[in-house]
Amino acid sequence: MKRIDTGTPDHLHQVVDCQWACPAHTPVPEYLRLIAAGRFAESYEINWWSNVFPGILGRVCDRPCEPACRRGRVDEEPVAICRMKRVAADLKGDISSRMPKAPVEKNGKRIACVGAGPASLTVARDLALLGYQVTVFDGGESAGGMMRSQIPKFRLPDAVIDEECGYVEALDVDIRLNSWIESLGALNAEGWDAVFVGTGAPRGREAELPGRQEAAANIHIGIDWLSNIAFDHVHSVGKRVIVLGGGNTAMDCCRSARRLGAEDVRVIVRSGFDEMKASPWEKDEALHEGIIIQNCMVPMAFEHDGGTLTGVTFEHVEVQHDAHGKRSLVPTGRMETVPCDEVLIAIGQENTFPWIERDIGLEFDRWDLPVLGEKTLQSTIPNIFFGGDSALGPKNIITAVAQGHDAAISIDLFCKGEDVNNRPPDRITLASQKMGLHEWAYDNEISEEDRQKVPVRSLELALKDVRLELELGFDVKKACAEAERCLNCDMATVFTPQTCIECDSCVDICPTECITFTDDGDEDDLRGRLKVPAPNLEQPLYVAGGLKTGRVMVKDENICLHCGLCSERCPTNAWDMQKVDWLVAHAGAE
Amino acid sequence: MTYLAKPRLLSELQPRNELGYTRRDYEGAISTLCAGCGHDSVSAAIVQACYELDIQPHRMAKLSGIGCSSKTPDYFLGASHGFNSVHGRMPSVATGAALANRDLIYLGVSGDGDSASIGIGQFAHAMRRGVNMTYIVENNGVYGLTKGQFSATADKGSKSKKGVLNADSPIDLVALALQLGASYVGRSFSGDKEQLIPLIKGALRHHGPAFIDVISPCVTFNNHAGSTKSYDYVREHNEAVNRIEVIMSRHPIEASYAPGSLRRVVQHDGSVLLLRKLGTEYDPTDRIGAMNHLHERHALGEIVTGLLYVDEGAEDMHRNLNTVETPLNQLDDADLCPGSLALDALNASLR
Ligand SMILES: Cc1cc2nc3c(=O)[nH]c(=O)nc-3n(C[C@H](O)[C@H](O)[C@H](O)COP(=O)(O)OP(=O)(O)OC[C@H]3O[C@@H](n4cnc5c(N)ncnc54)[C@H](O)[C@@H]3O)c2cc1C
Ligand SMILES: Cc1ncc(C[n+]2csc(CCOP(=O)(O)OP(=O)(O)O)c2C)c(N)n1
Ligand code: SF4
Ligand code: SF4
Ligand code: SF4
Ligand SMILES: [Mg+2]
Repeated sequence: MKRIDTGTPDHLHQVVDCQWACPAHTPVPEYLRLIAAGRFAESYEINWWSNVFPGILGRVCDRPCEPACRRGRVDEEPVAICRMKRVAADLKGDISSRMPKAPVEKNGKRIACVGAGPASLTVARDLALLGYQVTVFDGGESAGGMMRSQIPKFRLPDAVIDEECGYVEALDVDIRLNSWIESLGALNAEGWDAVFVGTGAPRGREAELPGRQEAAANIHIGIDWLSNIAFDHVHSVGKRVIVLGGGNTAMDCCRSARRLGAEDVRVIVRSGFDEMKASPWEKDEALHEGIIIQNCMVPMAFEHDGGTLTGVTFEHVEVQHDAHGKRSLVPTGRMETVPCDEVLIAIGQENTFPWIERDIGLEFDRWDLPVLGEKTLQSTIPNIFFGGDSALGPKNIITAVAQGHDAAISIDLFCKGEDVNNRPPDRITLASQKMGLHEWAYDNEISEEDRQKVPVRSLELALKDVRLELELGFDVKKACAEAERCLNCDMATVFTPQTCIECDSCVDICPTECITFTDDGDEDDLRGRLKVPAPNLEQPLYVAGGLKTGRVMVKDENICLHCGLCSERCPTNAWDMQKVDWLVAHAGAE
Repeated sequence: MTYLAKPRLLSELQPRNELGYTRRDYEGAISTLCAGCGHDSVSAAIVQACYELDIQPHRMAKLSGIGCSSKTPDYFLGASHGFNSVHGRMPSVATGAALANRDLIYLGVSGDGDSASIGIGQFAHAMRRGVNMTYIVENNGVYGLTKGQFSATADKGSKSKKGVLNADSPIDLVALALQLGASYVGRSFSGDKEQLIPLIKGALRHHGPAFIDVISPCVTFNNHAGSTKSYDYVREHNEAVNRIEVIMSRHPIEASYAPGSLRRVVQHDGSVLLLRKLGTEYDPTDRIGAMNHLHERHALGEIVTGLLYVDEGAEDMHRNLNTVETPLNQLDDADLCPGSLALDALNASLR
């Protein structure tokens, strides 16, 4: 098999599973180690550089890093990566001296961002630091986009959003609220050097069923209803509530309904329980709050009595899989009417750009999304860029942030008259962690503790107040215990075949038996012949030749614990543990 | 200097044997030997062999004397019986244990100092008595534990780390074992687990005295140029006579080899040793031939490895002594001490 050169960044990056999976490539192991060392402010700081909203994301991130976490492959549960961001945010203390200032001298370029959601605010943060004058327009009363208007306060309190939007504003970013942009053509004509569109995917999908119009007073679009709660326009709900849909919005709707006093709340979903789009932890929390989830029921009609909603009629379906494993919902003909007083429709979100003229040269594709350069996010009007939910449809905050970084790079290149496709490279440095025979600059002892549970308020209190934050966050002790569970995947095992005497010590000591010395072969063949077979193709093999016996050293990165025992046991230091510092390029990077 | 214990986190990919154990379940405490010591590889080979043979750890007893090698039983089979005897006395303790309870699997682990120097008499008698055990010598040519003095297996003319030449003739424990009646005799190298693991498996399933001399470099005191027990030297001079594969009676034999190249040896317990010849014509059931081959090749400076001799009809000490099938430690007082009437009868029969 082809030899792996640990000098190539992709191999090293991929091994840091969480950082690789994080759309903004947050250096997770590094911030966890800083928490374990009690250096909360620094931990916050490196988060802030990567993801701009550590306190927010530490409460509500979709956490794509956690399913990717190595710990989940060798233990019951992954590290609680997400909630550790909150720890850094909660315990950081005064960080004003650490926060960067925008240059006093501006570079003369003016940028308009439409929408004050995470995508726009990331663009603003990155560019303001380079001396751009950024103006952010939003139709709403406060900054934050859907983080402010849709995500319920019991998950994300206003104070956290205020603080972190405030850090962006403090960089001389001009945030203009209550400023709805009516026309992109007109805005662009104002002479901005570049325009960024971060207006989200604001339209909730409708359920056009018989009775919808007649019973409209008691049927709501979920995301609109949530923003009405957020902005204090809705304070109550009927006793019996049905939520249609099985995604994250549905979970926020049902849990909000419980808190507004509904007693019988049912989430009724077309698919089976396991196929629901909501995150598993949200389903668990909903169940814990006494919400009933009913599956395999397709809504057919809203029942009403002279315009007063009385219930929803469903048809039961069966989930079937064909020979190719493709799923279909097969109607059974069995109908059921579930009585209720109010319905919340949470069956998806759509993009809509009523304020973008279709004749200004900005092309849309057949899904009515703007045509964009894949990484550049540049539209067909060269000085207009998109990012976040408005670019690729509804996703999540961290994706919006990552796209904000990408768009900021493009805008910076564009304003400098450079090719937007000529992206600055990521930087990578490797540094040996060896301090002595059995001593490392990181704590290589592996904790065998289970994942810590986040303390929460009592159910009784929580259900009384729709704005009361449910989670209390980890205290220092729990935070440190959780940080210790991290396997330090950024501590790369680097092998030097020239010094290896093939004594097998590393093979014998490796606790997960991921090192094998064997005859060379192609990748498929090697994967089957290792001491522990390596079927996980998403995880690379590390292959090195140049050994005296002509064999190759093969290490399956999949199950390495980064414990450094191979290196401690090697008599010739052929293994070394080296820290991978992976500096993801942001706008302005050379 | 601290040694971390091996973490217990394991992925679901970790293979398990018929008993549901992983290899890790056959390990012991964390080794305190020098990093790179061949002895740790031998421990790992023992772990692998026991794992592959689905041995229940509590049915095994490991015994040793004194030395780095003799420390190793602490580092494998943490759930087995163990006895760490005084220097060179492991064979007598093993003999006693095997006499008292013939049902356990006995594994003696010793060093070249422990067995060829102070314990050579003990070694000789365990072999000639036919104790049913696997006797492994981790042979590094030095007294590792006491900082690298030449042992009795060091080759004449080999150089110490400080540059002193060894003037004494070496003892070849394999040649001695053959002569003294060991019924399974092999030699291997700690750096060649592919050869070593099946050799240990075959020995553990052998009924009778099985001896394996494992050249196991002392990375700290005997791994320099001029040593004949270094990783490099052994790799360069290793002449394997065969490759063995141990097939348990319950598994079908699938290997296909050219006719005449394969030799099948059925052991007492039904396990099959498949011996694949390498290069020279070699008959592993010919004891005299084995001794000649060994001497010839030694004279050429080669280190002969592989399964050198196996006796299919091997017998052990219990058969020689005509003891009862029930392990002696399970006999009750009445059986062990039949009383004065029985004694009288015995005496009468001898008058
Ligand atoms: C109920 C619900 C719960 C969610 N929960 C989570 C969660 O827990 N975790 C997570 O990561 N994500 C969650 N999301 C998704 C997340 O909120 C979005 O993916 C993210 O906010 C998108 O960011 P954005 O910057 O692209 O746009 P948005 O946050 O949608 O911001 C767009 C802003 O643009 C403004 N705007 C739009 N058009 C104009 C205009 N023409 N002029 C001026 N202003 C305009 C809007 O008022 C809005 O403030 C949730 C979404 C919903 C609906
Ligand atoms: C009765 C007695 N004499 C001498 C010693 C000192 N001593 C300890 S280990 C050892 C030699 C061990 O050599 P070997 O068996 O080859 O083991 P190695 O350390 O090389 O693996 C000696 C002589 C002792 N412990 N007891
Ligand atoms: S760091 Fe080394 S010893 Fe530890 S799991 Fe990884 S390869 Fe094995
Ligand atoms: S421990 Fe070191 S010298 Fe020994 S095989 Fe491993 S890498 Fe090679
Ligand atoms: S001194 Fe030699 S034999 Fe003893 S542990 Fe060290 S390398 Fe092994
Ligand atoms: Mg020795």
